[in-house]
Amino acid sequence: MMRIPCPYCGPRNSSEFAYKGESRPRPEVGSVTPAQWRAYLYDHANPEGWVAEGWYHRAGCRRYLKVERHTLTNEVRSVTPAARP
Amino acid sequence: MSAPSAPAAGVAVSGGRRLAPREGEVIDRGAPLRFRWDGREHSGYRGDTIVSALLAGGVTVFSRSFKYHRPRGVLSASFVDPGCTLQVGDEPNVRGGHRRVEPGMNVRPQNVWPSLRFDAKSANQLVGRFLGAGFYYKTFIKPERLWPAYEQVLKRFATGGKVSPQTPHGVYDKRYAHPDVLVAGGGPAGMAAALGAAEAGAAVMLVEEDYDLGGHLRWGDASQRALAAELVAAVNAEAGIEVLTNSVVTGRYDDNWVAVCQRRHPDRVGGGFGPAGSPVIERLVKARAGGLVVAAGLIERPYVFEGNDRPGVMLSSAARRLVKLWAVRPGSRAVVLTANPEGDAAAEDLASAGVEVARVLDARSGGDVVRALGARDGSLAAVELGDGTRVACDLLVTAVGWSAPTSLLNMSGDRPVYEPRAARFLPGGRLPAGVYVTGGLAGDASAERLVEHGRAVGAAAARGEDPAGVEALGVDEHPEIFRGRTHGMVDFSEDVSSKDLVAAAGEGYDSIELMKRYTTVTMGPSQGKLETVNAVAVLSEATGRSIAETGTTVWRPPYAPISLGALAGRIHEPVRYSPMQPWHEAHGARPLVAGQWIRPEHYGDPEAEVASVRSGVGIIDVTPLGKLDLRGPDVPELLNLLYVNKWSKLAVGSVRYGVMCADDGVVLDDGVTGRLCEDQWLMSTTSSGAATVWEWAEAWLQTEHPGWRVQVTPVTTAYASINIAGPASRELLGRLCTDVELSGEAFPYMHLRAGTVAGVEGCWMWRIGFTGELSYELHVPAGYGLHVWESLLAAGGDLGVGPFGIEAQRIMRLEKGHFIVGQDTDGLTKALGAGLDWLVKVDKEDFVGKPEIAWQAGERYQRLVGLQPLDGDVVPPEASQIVQGERRIVGRITSSRRSPTLGRSICLGFVEPELAGAGTVVTVLAPDGRRVPARVMEHHAHYDPEGVRLRG
Repeated sequence: MMRIPCPYCGPRNSSEFAYKGESRPRPEVGSVTPAQWRAYLYDHANPEGWVAEGWYHRAGCRRYLKVERHTLTNEVRSVTPAARP
Repeated sequence: MSAPSAPAAGVAVSGGRRLAPREGEVIDRGAPLRFRWDGREHSGYRGDTIVSALLAGGVTVFSRSFKYHRPRGVLSASFVDPGCTLQVGDEPNVRGGHRRVEPGMNVRPQNVWPSLRFDAKSANQLVGRFLGAGFYYKTFIKPERLWPAYEQVLKRFATGGKVSPQTPHGVYDKRYAHPDVLVAGGGPAGMAAALGAAEAGAAVMLVEEDYDLGGHLRWGDASQRALAAELVAAVNAEAGIEVLTNSVVTGRYDDNWVAVCQRRHPDRVGGGFGPAGSPVIERLVKARAGGLVVAAGLIERPYVFEGNDRPGVMLSSAARRLVKLWAVRPGSRAVVLTANPEGDAAAEDLASAGVEVARVLDARSGGDVVRALGARDGSLAAVELGDGTRVACDLLVTAVGWSAPTSLLNMSGDRPVYEPRAARFLPGGRLPAGVYVTGGLAGDASAERLVEHGRAVGAAAARGEDPAGVEALGVDEHPEIFRGRTHGMVDFSEDVSSKDLVAAAGEGYDSIELMKRYTTVTMGPSQGKLETVNAVAVLSEATGRSIAETGTTVWRPPYAPISLGALAGRIHEPVRYSPMQPWHEAHGARPLVAGQWIRPEHYGDPEAEVASVRSGVGIIDVTPLGKLDLRGPDVPELLNLLYVNKWSKLAVGSVRYGVMCADDGVVLDDGVTGRLCEDQWLMSTTSSGAATVWEWAEAWLQTEHPGWRVQVTPVTTAYASINIAGPASRELLGRLCTDVELSGEAFPYMHLRAGTVAGVEGCWMWRIGFTGELSYELHVPAGYGLHVWESLLAAGGDLGVGPFGIEAQRIMRLEKGHFIVGQDTDGLTKALGAGLDWLVKVDKEDFVGKPEIAWQAGERYQRLVGLQPLDGDVVPPEASQIVQGERRIVGRITSSRRSPTLGRSICLGFVEPELAGAGTVVTVLAPDGRRVPARVMEHHAHYDPEGVRLRG
């Protein structure tokens, strides 16, 4: 089981976290087309390589985190709060 | 051979195969024991494995092989011995070469029919050519209609023991561990690594698959045994080392997450969680290791030639272990084929055990065995040599090389590399930081040098240093010997011969991974430990590619079989009760499991509970309702985002119903939220949705709107919640609450008040109800829940107050047409389909799910409607389909009950839009085939659709 270095709690088992999927900006609801919206909901890049994704530290600090993870090695490169600017 | 009157040391006592006591044996001759094998009484000593005890008693055949039902005896005398898988009592697939025999054990052979001696299926040997490579794929294909028959045939062939459905649950356990260094393997290098790490200050876990530490030193010469004893003593004296024997590292996962299966600990009694005194059968240890040192040693490889699976043909390590550890003479007259010093030592050990060593064939100088010839019962009678001569013998010992069990390294990301000089695979040098290798896996050396290497690697692991700093072990020259001049078994577990592999390669399955899947070579219970390198070598020979080019298969977890019991472990499942649970239990509540909660389903008669509420008053424990305390100036913004309706203008003292949808427009949760004061709200959610909604609110606050000033606190269990429902509820509450004016004018429907109930201050009263009656929902500080509950019952005796459970509430809410998220909606139900047109405000700037719900208006969707069967006595089961014609599905029943209030059946369900008009009669198809005509109603509510009663 991979470990995620939580910026608030330190390195923790990934089982403490809930996986929230690839991080993508939510489209502007006023102008979005159905195709754009459904791409946001259902299409995932699923790359072999680095991916930015959301993890919720459910059994810890309960913060939503943005984790940069390598999908081949599970190496974690950065963990930051998930707040969008 | 006659029995000598005073046997020399190491020579067989009487006519049996048990030798006289010898140095280094692990059996306790002071503890003889009896057990059963195949229906007959046998004896052994404590410390014997099942196989060593049986072999000592003259048993040489332990099973029939998987496909051809050939007799099988001892090959490796270890855990992976493919012919020694046995049934012990109710436990199937016991590894007889490993498991220690216990008094009274009832051991039986597997995969034999009707008996081990006369096996009907051994006729398969005669039809072997039909069972060759890929026979599953070729034979059982056509015609399709015969597949069920094929399945029956294949089942008869399946190996494996029998599981009795009456087997009592054993005690399995799990444990989490955090060693600084975990060492896999307790041979000389592993023990030294543990010592080196502990001396460097690390907390060490040392895991050994066998029952004792020592590895190959245990069956070595006197100086090696002395070294083993010295190391074992040092390990035991080192407080920083925890030793787990009869335990195996089954897998290495990300970041050195290491799974260890502790096998059968009859001496370890479950600590209070199993039946008293019951032993822990297996324990799964989940270890997060700082460093992992892999010291798995080497596994001896069988030689491939005709007859290599006959009982009596065994590996040199098996022969030596039998003689040295269990004092068992593995045969009477032996031929030894040796390509290495261990094989040479085996010949000496056999001689010391009184075995007549008829011939030692040195493979380093061309010695070879062409085929093993069988006696009438299939066991070894003679070997044929290269020059055609035959040597009579009942034991053929082969020592032609070693395989490196690199599994844990593969799981760490390494790909082993073939080293022709050593005739085996070596680590490929692609290990991540924190994974170390020592011992035979890393190279060849004297025991002393292995200890030195292990100690240095252990110290490096403790310090987190790069292992490159440790002087590497070299490798000894070893001839490359895999297959002789004839074809023989490669995979003894799966009955795959080298001939099958050559045939498969000829058919185009010429990559090792394809060949593995096509022929099932290496896929049996031995998991490739004995077979992989031979399979690679045979493929290499068939294709003309080198072994290095051919490569090896990928080794995946688990390294060794692990029982489902161990994986399940001890059940840790939290259960939640309300503070009123003692009362419910004392009053005959039937428990209902609702997620983590245990709730009263009813107290004996749910229909009577309904009648009592409709005519008088009842109380229900609704503590599991999710409750979130929301504070801050931006709460209205959050509510507007999460709910589909509008929240900006909710006044202090008011409550409002809301529905939440996800961004795909699907209904997520519903509930009532009230404004307690200027900047404090209390949100209620469904009982099952409490955690989801909390995380949901946090998700939006933390990711999309970090600037909003809102604090969300879950308070579900901080309050005990009681709903008082029925026309007399105002009267009842009024008797216990004196500081709140309860009249309809002063405290109207959909409002809330704070007050004192039964002397408890700080109670929240909400005028809402799921039942459709005048009702008050109380949220009282949890510690007073039971007191308020009992006070209500005591105060309302003359009003006929009684408790009601979930079932009565479900009936009443169905009478009122309220849907339940997750019962009447599913993962595809969007807001408009659930009939929420009246609630959704698409003119809001944004809310979660808005685009989908806005688009849904232009789509075709099924609608939730109230339904009543024309025959009110028929209650169609929930999940019945609504059909048109013979079986075109046009809807479904989501809720269905008999309404005691209306005296007829009532339903909620989804129908196609064309059928949603009031008065339409649809056909409900019950699972038993009945067709139930039902009328679509004007309202979801079957009872008081205008809501007069709850507004009273």
